[in-house]
Amino acid sequence: MMTLATTRVVIIGAGPAGIRAAETLAQAGLRPILVDEGRLPGGQGYRRPSAGLALDMDALLGTQAAKYRALHARFAELAPAIDYRPETLAWAVHEGTLHVARDGAAATLPFDALLIAAGAADRVFPVKGWTLPGVFTLGGAQVILKDQGCLIGRRMVFLGSSPLLSLAALQYRQFGADVAAICDTTPLREKLLAAPALAPAAATALRGLGYLARLRRDGVPMFSGTTPLAIEGRDHVEAVRFRLGDGEERVIACDAVAFGYGLKPETQLAELAGARFGYDPVFRLWGPNLDADGRARPGLYLAGDCAAIGGADAAEASGTLAALALLADLGGEVTHRERRDMPRLRREVARYRSFQKGLARAFAWPGSRGATAIADEVELCRCENVTAGDIRAAIAADLGPVDVNRVKAITRCGMGRCQGRMCGPALQEIAAAASARPLAEVGRLRGQAPVKPLAIGSAAAPA
Amino acid sequence: MTSAGDDLAGNGQLMRVAQRTGKRISITIDGREIGATAGDSVLAAVLTHGRQLRELEFGGSPRAGFCLMGACQDCWVWLETGGRIRACTTLVADGMAIRTSGSP
Repeated sequence: MMTLATTRVVIIGAGPAGIRAAETLAQAGLRPILVDEGRLPGGQGYRRPSAGLALDMDALLGTQAAKYRALHARFAELAPAIDYRPETLAWAVHEGTLHVARDGAAATLPFDALLIAAGAADRVFPVKGWTLPGVFTLGGAQVILKDQGCLIGRRMVFLGSSPLLSLAALQYRQFGADVAAICDTTPLREKLLAAPALAPAAATALRGLGYLARLRRDGVPMFSGTTPLAIEGRDHVEAVRFRLGDGEERVIACDAVAFGYGLKPETQLAELAGARFGYDPVFRLWGPNLDADGRARPGLYLAGDCAAIGGADAAEASGTLAALALLADLGGEVTHRERRDMPRLRREVARYRSFQKGLARAFAWPGSRGATAIADEVELCRCENVTAGDIRAAIAADLGPVDVNRVKAITRCGMGRCQGRMCGPALQEIAAAASARPLAEVGRLRGQAPVKPLAIGSAAAPA
Repeated sequence: MTSAGDDLAGNGQLMRVAQRTGKRISITIDGREIGATAGDSVLAAVLTHGRQLRELEFGGSPRAGFCLMGACQDCWVWLETGGRIRACTTLVADGMAIRTSGSP
């Protein structure tokens, strides 16, 4: 049997899940390798300002600032006890080896156990004009503020459906932005129907209502049940056109749009490492099949938002939990700490994730109705300019495909540089609507290595 | 078409709201010299001065990035030397020469 000291564990992602996992493993006497694409630890939500930036993170993060500070303080203490590799892209997993690249140089990391905490990215849905300069993801709008001290524009519309629309709008107002409007696509009555599902984290739900009350008091125009019609402008964003629930059309002038419909787990590496996937009818997405502790298969553990959308608190708890599961699997016998902590962590993680399912109901993805409404000429694939009409034409052709991977092969939608991260969820909806099949039947885009673009030279010359 | 050099008065797409202290870095955008500070991302440096990073290879429409966190790959910009970098995750370096239209 392997001993703890010689066991090679690699963690991918230095956000809250990866940091707590590394902490737990280091406490048990392991020295895990922590690979992270970022320059600094923290992931996206707890991202630290880049060097020299005078940004008041306490003001920006409000009630979450203490958790942010605690996580970064813990990481600083932990750093000497782990093998931390920032600015390192994990781009493939094959037969017990992780392939990484840093500064264009490739390396291989053989492992006995792999713990993936790769996080999530915004889930987006195409609208006419969404490729114009000045349209950014909602998460991106927050990241560039934390990372670079920049706002995405001067006068912006927050568009889509997400609890983060109001949080980001408040953060932007704090820094002097003119928030032209918040346009949420979910009707208010659907939000009220979903309210019971938010009970698992009532404090968080109340915090969200507090954001809305502040925005209302400040006179920020807020609309719900809107249908986005177009983002308009010649070479950059000049206005957002949308329809209100009662049919009235509005045009709001702005120079930027923050756009998002919740989050989508980053699952490509988990798939390459052998995780199986199942369809989730609430999120209308495919997610990795895991046990309550984050086990995907022997030697493979997932934690944080890449396992299931749960938010930062779930990420911290699930990172510790998955690492304890890994230790239990290695050690053969259950330690005092595992017996004491694992049941509580399982309950916490389940509670946060069930709250996020409630949010997914309250802030609805446009789904099949939205997909049907996308005009043929709207670009679905940002990378290679494939339109919704191209997808429909491919499916309508004689012997046309149903499975989205076949649709990808024919149209190239999902084959570009983003590897389907941006278009994937909407492609599934358009393919299902066009072929009149349930979403689960058109499948999901398979992950391929390299999971992100890589210079040919770095793949060809492993160190 | 708007180019990055058009607007040096700070009227680019992005609005800087937090000051940065650090080494001054000199880069060029479409041949025009721009002052930046160590720690600035290429994306922030370009888009605080202009509104586009590149033109799409498929049809030439202007692009200025999208996800801002290394996922969408929409912000790869050309360098005058022929290489390409992902602007949202790459920091400015002295002498960097960026072009926001066409390709070298």
